[in-house]
Amino acid sequence: MTPQASSPPGLDEVLAAVESALRDGRRRLAEAAATPGSFAAAQREVLGKRSALASVNALLGGLDPDGRRQAGAALGAARKELEEEANRLEAVVAEAERRQRVAAERLDLTEMAIGPKTPPLSHSGRGVGRLHLVTQTRDELEDTFVAMGFAVAEGPEAETDWYNFEALNMPPAHPARGMWDTLYLRLGEPGTVLLRTHTSPVQIHLLEAGELPIYAVMPGRCYRRDTPDARHLPVFHQIEGLVVDRGITFGDLAGVIEAFTTSFFGPAIHSRLRPSYFPFTEPSAEFEVTCPICRGEGCRTCSGSGWIELGGCGMVDPNVFSAVGIDPERYSGFAFGFGIDRLAQVRAELSDMRALIDNDIRFLRQF
Amino acid sequence: MRAPLSWLRDYAPLDAPPARLAEVLSELGLVVESTEHVGEGLDDVVVARVLDIRAHPAADRIRLVDVDAGDGEALQIVCGAWNFAVGDLVPLAPVGAVLPGGFAIGRRKMRGEVSNGMLCSAPELGLPGPGDGLLVLPPGSAAPGVPFAEAMGLEPDVVFDLDVGPNRPDALCMAGVARDLAAALGEAWSWPAGPPAPPVDPSIGTAPLSVDAPDLCPRFTATVLDGAPTGPSPVWMARRLTLAGMRPIGAVVDVSNYVMLDVGQPNHAYDLDALGGGGLSVRRARPGERLVTLDGVERALGPDDCLICDAGGTPVGVGGVMGGAGAEIDPSTTRVLLEAAWFAPAAIARTGQRLGLHSEARVRFERGVDPELAPRAVERFAGLLASLPGGEALRRGATVDARSPHLPGRPRVALRTSRVNDLLGTALSEDDLPRLLRPLGFRLEDPVGGTFDVEVPSWRLECSREVDLIEEVARMWGYRRIERTVPAGSRRRTGGLTAFQRERRRIRQVLSGAGFYEAWTSTFLAPGDLGQAGLDPLAVEVENPLDRSESVLRTSLLPGLLKALRFNLDRQNEDLALFEVGRVFAPPADEGSLPVESERLGVVVLPFGAADASTAVAAAVRCWVWVADALRLDGASIDAAELPGLHPSRAARLLGPSGTILGEVGEVASEAARAYGIDGRVGWLGLSLDAVFGEARRPRLAADVSRYPASALDLAFVAGDDLPAARLAGAIAGAAGDLLEDLVLFDVYRDERLGAGRRSLAYHVTLRAADRTLDEPELAELRRAMIAAASAEGGELRGEPAG
Repeated sequence: MTPQASSPPGLDEVLAAVESALRDGRRRLAEAAATPGSFAAAQREVLGKRSALASVNALLGGLDPDGRRQAGAALGAARKELEEEANRLEAVVAEAERRQRVAAERLDLTEMAIGPKTPPLSHSGRGVGRLHLVTQTRDELEDTFVAMGFAVAEGPEAETDWYNFEALNMPPAHPARGMWDTLYLRLGEPGTVLLRTHTSPVQIHLLEAGELPIYAVMPGRCYRRDTPDARHLPVFHQIEGLVVDRGITFGDLAGVIEAFTTSFFGPAIHSRLRPSYFPFTEPSAEFEVTCPICRGEGCRTCSGSGWIELGGCGMVDPNVFSAVGIDPERYSGFAFGFGIDRLAQVRAELSDMRALIDNDIRFLRQF
Repeated sequence: MRAPLSWLRDYAPLDAPPARLAEVLSELGLVVESTEHVGEGLDDVVVARVLDIRAHPAADRIRLVDVDAGDGEALQIVCGAWNFAVGDLVPLAPVGAVLPGGFAIGRRKMRGEVSNGMLCSAPELGLPGPGDGLLVLPPGSAAPGVPFAEAMGLEPDVVFDLDVGPNRPDALCMAGVARDLAAALGEAWSWPAGPPAPPVDPSIGTAPLSVDAPDLCPRFTATVLDGAPTGPSPVWMARRLTLAGMRPIGAVVDVSNYVMLDVGQPNHAYDLDALGGGGLSVRRARPGERLVTLDGVERALGPDDCLICDAGGTPVGVGGVMGGAGAEIDPSTTRVLLEAAWFAPAAIARTGQRLGLHSEARVRFERGVDPELAPRAVERFAGLLASLPGGEALRRGATVDARSPHLPGRPRVALRTSRVNDLLGTALSEDDLPRLLRPLGFRLEDPVGGTFDVEVPSWRLECSREVDLIEEVARMWGYRRIERTVPAGSRRRTGGLTAFQRERRRIRQVLSGAGFYEAWTSTFLAPGDLGQAGLDPLAVEVENPLDRSESVLRTSLLPGLLKALRFNLDRQNEDLALFEVGRVFAPPADEGSLPVESERLGVVVLPFGAADASTAVAAAVRCWVWVADALRLDGASIDAAELPGLHPSRAARLLGPSGTILGEVGEVASEAARAYGIDGRVGWLGLSLDAVFGEARRPRLAADVSRYPASALDLAFVAGDDLPAARLAGAIAGAAGDLLEDLVLFDVYRDERLGAGRRSLAYHVTLRAADRTLDEPELAELRRAMIAAASAEGGELRGEPAG
């Protein structure tokens, strides 16, 4: 196809060369696609600087302007077609290669299930793993309350406004709603579906179920739109307690909190209640326990006060009973709640709560 | 709420030690977050006049200052502050002084220059104020050498920083805090006399006032005050405001803030001459009406918002929330129209929330201000203003009081002594209740049949139910005095964990016992996380995420666990094997309902050390075997399948005996692992706890353990790669029946001679009968049966392996 110096090829010859380059190129690509590992080379050969197409291109200079236009158009069309074909085949080849690789890597996972009994992990010499510090704390709390005669109840983390606020004596625009920064979900009417800001909605589910009396604790994950810092996480865990029965008193609430405190922390740790406010309890209280680090002497953890604020509690507000159709004159009850992560932080003397969500095994291994 | 003790003492003696007062406040529910002692330890600090300021020859950031400390001599101090000039009066802590906080001043050389003491900023003296420069005293306020505390009128004081709950709007002022304290301490509480207000001057006249939205604004009072002083407020008032956390600005504004902090009435002082028509009108805003509020922000209002306008109809403020930028008082204002009003709490809450506007007024009005307070606040305002320097000539017009039936009256509540004791577990008598409640302002008549008819004071309107009064009784009696009891209960039930909770714990125990670490990953994912893990990106979105990287609810535990792996790898942690038990959230099938929550187990595991990369997926498979074993789940199967996010030929569905999908196991697709920055192979196990726990389990029944010897035999078969080893094992086990004790695949072997796509599977079979020793003919028969069964599945016997 080297042009002869004496007589430059005419238009017909050039067009024929284009035609033949196209035909050969198609065939070459098709062959290469069928031969594993050869496609990239064929692609260069057909479309690269030393391809037949490139050689024909060099002939265009010898044509008159009209012929050059005509041959140029034919050449362009041929190149385009070959490029498209190459791209199409490249994908086919890649898929075939992937399938081949996949086939070559095939494992019969059932072999591993019935293989030798030696666990494949044992040779790592790492020993036993760990439950997360928060799980350990939660289990311990559950066990403490179970021993006190409580059931453990759970509920959904995504809730409607009714369960998280309204049934808990917080109608829309209630100022107390500002106590919780709420994360809403893009579902239904705006502002109706949310991530629970506390475990209290589980109380409503239990009360609605209507099986009285109720002696239950409700642990679970909660959400608030708070910037994380050393003492707060936007995703955190709470445990809540609810007792509803005939003749339940505030004295019972204080007694249960004290019984929990001594059995969970040990006999040297006591509790005290102070008036506080929650829309869903009346009277309300916050409860504090003797600082378990210094045992009441005063230290950095308790800011020298000897007491750690643990959570909130109170007598179930009559409006909550009314919302779920229970007669507050016949039944009374109390509720309490506190943060599991916060408790774990205090007990483990953990300086920054964010370590809980890093999942660094050097951290997890300590507990 | 910051409450200076000296201010509280306007109302009651309160002479107990501050620590005791703090304790009482906390026990009343006005929790003291901190107690600041101010103005103490200033005995050594004196006022000094700046005589000269010179550059330090050897330093750029500090200068040499000569001051006159009272003796007329120039005393050289090295100083790093730049906010003062020659002639200014500044506090000097001379050599030998000890500052609040215990910092002792000595003679020091700084870069070769002697400093004979220290010039102080406000925080260095334990005072509120900026710390980036010296505290500069007002010009002419004292002569050099005068004790600083004397010059500033600084009596030592104590400031309680109180956390006041939303149910205690009455305690957002000094009067209210003092009332609680006095009641708890058994001290008398009374309104202070205060400076007398000038009598009403009829010649001043009244401003025109109309209220067209009495439901939003049930009470509005307007009072003209003429001849208001224009200078700064006196030191005592500026100091009280500062200690209470507000910045002194000028006489009228300071008195306005003072009255709010003192008695609890938010109020607003308008520049009367800037008000069109010289008066005010109150109406609902028109849809889309706009107003620039004091903070300089233009607000769009609507018919639920209460608008204060001048008598010409031009808006001048959002009622009860924030004033407008228009009729603001400036330092030269002498003719003032004073607003003291009462706005409907719910309306204020709505408006404030919608506009995102926080103000001292909003906080008070939305929680509930005393509706009867306005006249007292006006008296106090006028009296204080007249008492300020330059206020002697203040003249006061009559107060126009637009009061509508929407204004709440005092609730009357029936309080049963028996109910108090039933709910609290106390044994209070009929005599106790009046004694406890009257000091707070509740009026109790003699009880009828143990029931009191209680009239609630106008400042405690939120006490509208019996239970609210019971809380007050408990508060005044003292929570700590209520005897702690154990619920007697009617029909106590015993507690316990549910089966689900017990089995979930079991799974956690099995995995941690096997060397896995439990992780806790976030419920939130970034928008691309699921797609990058090869999973369906469809997920529930968070409407108002804190950050875009936390805007999607996870539908799988995989992305979070991959992130946790990556976090550990970045810290050179090795031998990683993590698991998590947590909720995932599927988008609801129909619009408007809740996400579908389910609890899942996720396990990620990397290959160990330099071992074969397939140990990762093998470990994941073993995890499943252990879990199924611990749960006594027999007959589950591992069914090879191409699954999202997993290696196409290294993944399987886990099926229960009845074919229910329980989860999946496999190797994470390499593209997915790489997308999370993990280069190697990752084994994965995902289980639905509900599905697994829902399967029928082997009952906990004891089968006798055989006392006869076991017989072992090894069988090797050649099988195509598409024949799972477990299927062959199942056939063998089926043939062995009850006699099978154990079956292990002990060798997998590939060789060209076996042919491409084929492998040898060698099984070690342990057989044992419950009632006899198996004899040779029986074993031979069993062997034949097992071979036949395997052959029927496509396994060709390969001949006895050696041994």
